[in-house]
Amino acid sequence: MPNAKLLPTGQARIEHMEMRGIVKRFPGVLAADHINFDVRAGEVHALLGENGAGKSTLMKILYGLYQQNEGDIFLNGERVFIKSPADAIALGIGMIHQHFMLVPSLTVAENVALGLKSSRGLLLDLDVVTNRINDLAKTYGLHIDPSAPVWQLAVGERQRVEIIKALYRGAALLILDEPTAVLTPQEVDDLFVTFNQMVDDGHALIFISHKLHEVLAISHRISVLRDGKHVGTVPTREATKQSLARMMVGREVLLQYDRPPVEVGPPRLQVTDARAASDQGTEALRGVSLDVRAGEILGLAGVSGNGQRELAEVIFGLRPMTGGTINIEGRDVTGQPASILNTMGMSYIPEERMVDGVIKDFTVAENLILQDHGLPVYSRNIFLRPGAIAQRCAELIQNFNIRTPSQETPIKSLSGGNIQKLVLARELARAPRVLIAAQPTRGVDIGATEYIHQRLLDQRAKGTATLLISEDLDEIMALSDRIAVIYEGEIMGVVDRANASIEQLGLLMAGVRQETTAEQSA
Amino acid sequence: MIEDLLTASVVASGIRIATPYLFASLGETFGQRSGVLNLGVDGVMLMGAFCSFWAVSEFTPQGSQTWDATALAMGVLVAILVGLLMGLATAFINVTLKAEQGISGIGIYLFGLGMSDLLFQKTFDQVAIINGFPKVGFPNFLTDLPVLGEVLFQHTLLVYMAFALVPVTWFVLNKTTLGLNIRAVGQNPEAADAMGISVTRVRYFTVTLGGVLAALAGATLSIAQHNVFQQNMTAGQGFIAVALVYFGAWRARGVLFGALLFSLVTALQLKAGTVGIDIPDEYLSMTPYVLTIIALVFASQRIDQPAALTKPFDRGE
Repeated sequence: MPNAKLLPTGQARIEHMEMRGIVKRFPGVLAADHINFDVRAGEVHALLGENGAGKSTLMKILYGLYQQNEGDIFLNGERVFIKSPADAIALGIGMIHQHFMLVPSLTVAENVALGLKSSRGLLLDLDVVTNRINDLAKTYGLHIDPSAPVWQLAVGERQRVEIIKALYRGAALLILDEPTAVLTPQEVDDLFVTFNQMVDDGHALIFISHKLHEVLAISHRISVLRDGKHVGTVPTREATKQSLARMMVGREVLLQYDRPPVEVGPPRLQVTDARAASDQGTEALRGVSLDVRAGEILGLAGVSGNGQRELAEVIFGLRPMTGGTINIEGRDVTGQPASILNTMGMSYIPEERMVDGVIKDFTVAENLILQDHGLPVYSRNIFLRPGAIAQRCAELIQNFNIRTPSQETPIKSLSGGNIQKLVLARELARAPRVLIAAQPTRGVDIGATEYIHQRLLDQRAKGTATLLISEDLDEIMALSDRIAVIYEGEIMGVVDRANASIEQLGLLMAGVRQETTAEQSA
Repeated sequence: MIEDLLTASVVASGIRIATPYLFASLGETFGQRSGVLNLGVDGVMLMGAFCSFWAVSEFTPQGSQTWDATALAMGVLVAILVGLLMGLATAFINVTLKAEQGISGIGIYLFGLGMSDLLFQKTFDQVAIINGFPKVGFPNFLTDLPVLGEVLFQHTLLVYMAFALVPVTWFVLNKTTLGLNIRAVGQNPEAADAMGISVTRVRYFTVTLGGVLAALAGATLSIAQHNVFQQNMTAGQGFIAVALVYFGAWRARGVLFGALLFSLVTALQLKAGTVGIDIPDEYLSMTPYVLTIIALVFASQRIDQPAALTKPFDRGE
């Protein structure tokens, strides 16, 4: 077959890409320490590791965003020098970034045309680009409207634009940096269909993730990085979640938790017919009713943007309600500000920890006493008590295993996991009676996630009523006693965890209301 | 009273006054669309004004009583050259050195303000007048048209160049690959960089172009309108030009509208002074500026506001 070496896009295949002995130093950090990595046409090679393990650094080197200090890259046996993304693109390497590299104000076609040579010289040829996008969309089943502005697209659609962008540029090797982080289970399935087709067609894919079940589902080989070092490469059929987690963290990791039975008490948080508007003024909550009891974790599942953020803000007094009531331990607190709710024993772990959870230019110590800095423990009259603060912060840093060079370190230089542990430390130190935890482990590595989950279960044992809002179904399933599903600002159903299945929850998340109750189906 | 004010000559004068604003604001639009705010426009204008004035004076033959084409061409050329140098310097400070743009612009302004005056004092020992750009020689049947003749056909070449620049700017920004690169770099430089576009090169280009157009704006004042140079002769027009970019919501036609509105109000205010309307002079002089502030507060079209405006680009390596 004369065309066997060509991809459907007409590009030459990259039969073999190899990185040898890659070293990358940043000031004070060895981000990549003699890493070897390779990928072949027609395979998915997964790159697994915690945040900061060196996955992104390695891939940014391959894509020309960083330059390695040592080591070489070979394409089909030939040594290549990749000094910029333009070089990488010219060699047939494409990258789908974790944070989409799209310009929201431009249309799909304009985003795709960006940086390309136009067939009309200096003038744009958007009609030509549009036609080719439609061709690619047909070939790979990536449906998209080329004339739509990107800011109007849903997250799953934006991802398709990114893939089309790479294919349009003739990518034979695609680097996929956590491509599933923002998708629903169904969207992930669709994406995997596309990936499988690309692999069958002879593309080489590098799949970066820290979700073990996805890595096991899509890849042929798995390489694990830890602290900038290559720990090992295993064929996927020989790997298990447990063995991969051990390689990633360097010790045994609990993937399932003991959930000792806890006596469930009376409802501590009752939300009745809550209604509220979104930032855009549309109806975000359309009559949400929930109750969370003492000693219980109620999981709130749902696809991002179905009212979860608004619900958390309404409960914590950060967003005005247009209807309904909130009760804490039988007291009506509708419309009370957060400061009052705090004193009533409510704590809130916000979704956007860098925006709503900490002040990023403040030090670790300052962030730990935030909200409480006016209490007598930390201040006398108008003066802070540095000694008392330092002592209390030292305790919290130790108890919550926060890894920081010192109390005086600005929080922005900590890793995501440690920042989240700090927020958790501050909120749990108040011994909350009601806890709202919104996406508590998003962007947090496995080790820290395990730790945070254990802490939430400890609170459950102490009788705290916890509302766990998460888009990660695994997390919901691992921790919750009952699971509520929200869709377009309405609760589609509440099921006991014991009776819940991923399929059933997936349908509820897509807005398909259950016909039979959880009790009957069980 | 209104009939006394809104005459053909006032509209014509408004169009003349709008010319330097158009040059400077359209140049600034390119820079801001790529994410660079250059507050130093006024300083570049002053340098352009002085240097072109000097060149025209230098190259005009001794004793000549009328305009000299070579001298005027040299004036424009020198303005372009000075704008190029100051634009490159601005780009170096803001793009390569990643300076805080709000502050570095003030530095560039003060440099232009001081340097143009120093050079002026070193080269001219008395007040000098030059023969600047003449009106374009349109056929009589055009120039003699009632109202339109005066409004449209009795201006210098630079006026027509400035207005022609409006559709050119729109075309370049929206219909060319360069324009797409500029818009992308201003909205999301990381994305542009990942697509192989050199953020640095695009920003050097737009900021340098902005410098050239700002210098031409200055030259318009000194070799086409007033035909003199004096210290701080722009009187802050460069800052108004920056404001007009916001006012025009980063679009060529918005900038045109803003420049015309501001200039017409200025022309009306000048005229009001001469027809003896009984309002203190200070209030009249204030009106264009007050109007600009009010318009800026209420201008709400922000779709094209570059998200990366004033933010230096860093790959994070």
